[in-house]
Amino acid sequence: MRFQLTDDQRALRDGVRELLTRRFGPQQLRAAVEEPGRLDRALWRELGAAGFFALRLPEEEGGVGLGLPEAVLAFEEAGRALLPGPLVATHLAAGDAPGAATGETVVTDVGGCGLVEWLAAADVVRGDAAGAVPLRSVDPLTPLHRVAAAATADPVAVLLTAAEQLGSATRACELAVQHARTREQFGQPIGAFQAVKHLCAQMLVRAETARAAVYAAAVTADPADIDTARLLADDAAVRGARDCLQVHGGMGFTWEFEVHLHLKRTWVRTYRTGDATESEERLAAELLVEPA
Amino acid sequence: MDLTYTPEEEEFRTRLREWLGKALQGLPPKPSPDDWPGRRAYDLGWQRMLYDAGYGDVHWGASPTTRLIYLEETEKAGAPYVGAGFVGLLHAGPTIAAEGTPEQRARWLPPILRGQEVWCQGFSEPDAGSDLAALRTRARRDGDHYVVSGSKIWTSHAEVADWCELLVRTDPDAPKHRGISWLAMPMDAPGITVRPLKTLAGSAEFAEVFLDEVRVPVANRVGAENDGWRVTMVTLSFERGTAFVGEVVACRRVLRELAAEARANGRWDDPALRRRLGRLNAEFRALWRLTQWNVSEAEGTSGVPGVGGSVFKLRYSHARQELYDTAADVLGPASLDLDRPWTLDRLSSLSYTIAAGTSQIQRNIVAERILGLPKGR
Repeated sequence: MRFQLTDDQRALRDGVRELLTRRFGPQQLRAAVEEPGRLDRALWRELGAAGFFALRLPEEEGGVGLGLPEAVLAFEEAGRALLPGPLVATHLAAGDAPGAATGETVVTDVGGCGLVEWLAAADVVRGDAAGAVPLRSVDPLTPLHRVAAAATADPVAVLLTAAEQLGSATRACELAVQHARTREQFGQPIGAFQAVKHLCAQMLVRAETARAAVYAAAVTADPADIDTARLLADDAAVRGARDCLQVHGGMGFTWEFEVHLHLKRTWVRTYRTGDATESEERLAAELLVEPA
Repeated sequence: MDLTYTPEEEEFRTRLREWLGKALQGLPPKPSPDDWPGRRAYDLGWQRMLYDAGYGDVHWGASPTTRLIYLEETEKAGAPYVGAGFVGLLHAGPTIAAEGTPEQRARWLPPILRGQEVWCQGFSEPDAGSDLAALRTRARRDGDHYVVSGSKIWTSHAEVADWCELLVRTDPDAPKHRGISWLAMPMDAPGITVRPLKTLAGSAEFAEVFLDEVRVPVANRVGAENDGWRVTMVTLSFERGTAFVGEVVACRRVLRELAAEARANGRWDDPALRRRLGRLNAEFRALWRLTQWNVSEAEGTSGVPGVGGSVFKLRYSHARQELYDTAADVLGPASLDLDRPWTLDRLSSLSYTIAAGTSQIQRNIVAERILGLPKGR
């Protein structure tokens, strides 16, 4: 058993991180917040060229021919960078919506709670979005519409969303630790105080437990593993962003500092593929099934 | 990332499973929890069976993955837990194997592996708990002996132990971490008094040990004089590494039993309870994956579990308490009945956030050693 990243997987993760740091760093993030609703189509095509959407398509169909573990690593990076757009829907459509694989076509879908992300910016909508009503989205980087009927989410969408949550959870922990190391009060870094130190430790514990669950679900693609990954990653992401905000004090409550964008996005992702209670109920019912 | 086992690992699993199927039929009846000599004989007898079948050294001789498979399969088969062998097999043994001289390894390891000798742990003191390095039990040199005086507390199996892995202060003038030595103390030496302590669960699981001018040969010191703190850290990382593998498997079984009980007594109809059970299922599934992740990581390094064990212990000890609190939710007022299956387990679970490093100390370890936050004053 070798449940660790391979060298190739590390290289892929580093490559995606490098691309996103270069093309969607802090400045581009701030610019995107100033222009809500606008999707950077050049960046989208660049992601397509890098294989982000075609990652799991077979090579004979022009894809990269990789699997779920690699897709999870790429989406974790997207979550970490707060990359906007209907990434999961477009990735899932890469096999049949023309232009999705290359990033020419932006695809969105009707989500598990009847929400549609980026409806106005998308070229293709999957599911019935007739009569969609816009709402004033809490997340400045995710325009939302509401439709009457919810769709049943693809398990892969659940998992890739969990991977994005994991990226946010990890990033929130890093930001909190950076701040706790450098911000001084009472003559010492605030990270020397156990009240702050323990918040940071719990952020790491939640993120690392979620990581094991998300990566395992990517390997097995088992429905119960995917529900597990989703519950753990949602919790690590939402609570991680909250704690990161708290560690930053007044700065954390400002528009300028990026943590509110993580928090708001983690809330959006929590509802993307349906209500968490569905996962809880499935995992409860699974306990009554005799193990193989 | 791969969760499949190698053919060799699968073969080990198959062989072990077959052997367990036969071996467990020949086990004597389990002694009562208050019968210490009976418990000692039972636990040592099981270790002897393992040794004779070639599994005696699985706790420290085998690869981390093999150990994982061993702990998973023995728990699933309902085999006895390591019991009185715990300190010998998971603390003192690995420490002697890593730090002892050839003579020390030859003297102490075979009787541990063959199920002949029981070890206990003399680390904590009344005034040195979380701050273990503040321990004050004094060892003064007298020729080729140390003369040891002081007291130890929370010492499990002290009543029936042959040896004690003992931390003593050999240099009272050095900084606290640098004046400690690790000794193997024979428990039949004159000057040792053992007083059992009753836990809140009503059982006598541990004891106080009073030491009055106990003579311990200098040859029984493992590691250099005053280097005992480093030697001890080797032991503790073992304890926080794979020590809980069997328990996670057991918790997943208990969770299924809980769901069946809720179904039978009607509590299942409460959606809030079902969701709580569903969340616990996710929790223990994730803890199992985290175990596999940590074991794979240890496989890639030296085989000694790293600080990742602290992350696991923090999460697991909380999850275990939540499991038995949920059991009480399933049972309702029946959870007050000590004869119901989960009541004593609920009481025992209260020690998990305290023993082997409290959750607060573990959070300090995670924050300082993994996240690099500054040490507090």
